[in-house]
Amino acid sequence: MRRLSWFNVTSLTLGFAFLYLPMVILVIYSFNASKLVTVWAGFSTKWYGELIQNEAFLDAAWVTLKVAVISSTFATILGTMAAYVLVRGGRFLGRTLFSGMIYAPLVMPEVITGLSLLLLFIGIGLDRGVLTIVLAHTTFSMCYVSVVVSSRLVSFDRSLEEAALDLGSSPWEAFRLVTLPIIAPAVISGWLLAFTLSLDDLVIASFTSGPSATTLPIKIFSAVRLGVSPEINALSTIMIAIVTVGVISASLVSKRNSLRAQKDAQAAERANG
Amino acid sequence: MMRRAALITVPYLWLLLLFLVPFLIVFKISLSDTALAIPPYAPTMRDGLFALLAELDFENFVFLTEDDLYWKAYLSSLKIAVISTVLTLLVGYPIAYGMARAPEEWRPTLMMLVILPFWTSFLIRVYAWMGILSNEGLLNQFLQWLGLINDPLTILNTTTAVYIGIVYTYLPFMILPIYAALDRLDDSLNEAAEDLGCSRMQAFWLVTIPLSKNGIIAGSFLVFIPALGEFVIPSLLGGSGTLMIGKVLWEEFFNNRDWPVASAVAVILLLILVIPIVLFQRNQQKQAEAEQ
Repeated sequence: MRRLSWFNVTSLTLGFAFLYLPMVILVIYSFNASKLVTVWAGFSTKWYGELIQNEAFLDAAWVTLKVAVISSTFATILGTMAAYVLVRGGRFLGRTLFSGMIYAPLVMPEVITGLSLLLLFIGIGLDRGVLTIVLAHTTFSMCYVSVVVSSRLVSFDRSLEEAALDLGSSPWEAFRLVTLPIIAPAVISGWLLAFTLSLDDLVIASFTSGPSATTLPIKIFSAVRLGVSPEINALSTIMIAIVTVGVISASLVSKRNSLRAQKDAQAAERANG
Repeated sequence: MMRRAALITVPYLWLLLLFLVPFLIVFKISLSDTALAIPPYAPTMRDGLFALLAELDFENFVFLTEDDLYWKAYLSSLKIAVISTVLTLLVGYPIAYGMARAPEEWRPTLMMLVILPFWTSFLIRVYAWMGILSNEGLLNQFLQWLGLINDPLTILNTTTAVYIGIVYTYLPFMILPIYAALDRLDDSLNEAAEDLGCSRMQAFWLVTIPLSKNGIIAGSFLVFIPALGEFVIPSLLGGSGTLMIGKVLWEEFFNNRDWPVASAVAVILLLILVIPIVLFQRNQQKQAEAEQ
């Protein structure tokens, strides 16, 4: 029987305190009345009020959201295609190069990816703006999507697809009616991953954006370089809140789905038995 | 058949144009000379292919070896990446071990608690430490309140702050693979070791640690590789004394506008990274084969 020793309990407590305390402190100090972030001067929500009136931040947030939605959608389509090719495509010319290009961006330092894309955009004379950030984000996040989706494709029973083909569906129908519903959870988590990667990215966006398009991380970075500011604390709190609600509700939904699947399986067994 | 060709061609072309070609451009520019022009390097494609090839040389790479700023930056990035990987392992292993021994019904929640910070913005997690580590920050206030120190410690803008930042932000990458390895571990092996006369400590060192080796290796690479080229952490938490190559590349490009040198820095960083990346791939492959 596994038992938690005092050592396990201590390391878990200290570990999670280390992971969460900085963010808790950040959230608490976003409600600080004082401009000095390290001195507590009473509860206030005034920084949130100032944040809402700060148009530069609102514009940047809008650009970021637009880029994230568009790039993660493209990345999901391209990444799913790439995963399908890698897992089901069989042999084709340049397969090694292809899989190399899928895995390389995952380990590439962001400064190099950013620099190389910028040099490309300048080389072909493309003005830097929303379009170039979307292209850059699509490229690196499609690789993450493809890794997530291919791990699901590898684990599922190929005979299901073959049965559909034997029963007369075209390859496209087999993909749409059999494969896609099975890999859907992976495709959705791929999209979410691509979306958060895009929201989060500072380095690649800094290289590929122009004066016409500033994303939120670029804006935050240039603000915090000068030091801690309560407005950024307020902004961070809002972002942390959105992510927390999102992740918790996603995990509740997936828990409910797996419980339902379990119940269905049990019911099927009983019906057969 | 047509569909299959289209399925392969679209993502393939995308990656060729937006991943491979950009690298070739970086490589080419790293061999060019700086010029007072737009774009600020020479020769360009407009000079014709022959003139272009004739003009390329390794001058920038020679320059990198002559100016000791770059050597120092590469070495100090390596040092910072190695030390912070070890620190992350020391912090992460006990957490992963505790998670693996926790009651079954707690584990999904503990997993979610480890993954949650990964979904929150990297930038915000680094920023959170700026307020804690500064001279009048909470850590110093706390230590002074305890009476451990009289004068505030300078932590922010030093390499120590960079270590803290890297350990903090990359901790989930270390915990998850180690937890995955420990979770699969068969408890009866430890019991057998104890029955055969090992103390619990010995059983841990002789059974648990070797069997979680793959998780340790995977986690270490997942921390080491991104830490080596890290830019955000040294520029927010580190000071002028913290040399890291990602920061040097950024400054060379944005502040000095020296594109050829920035490209040469990128090419060398990539060459340094090839070794750990290949080792990591091998480890992953071996693990995948062992599982089959």
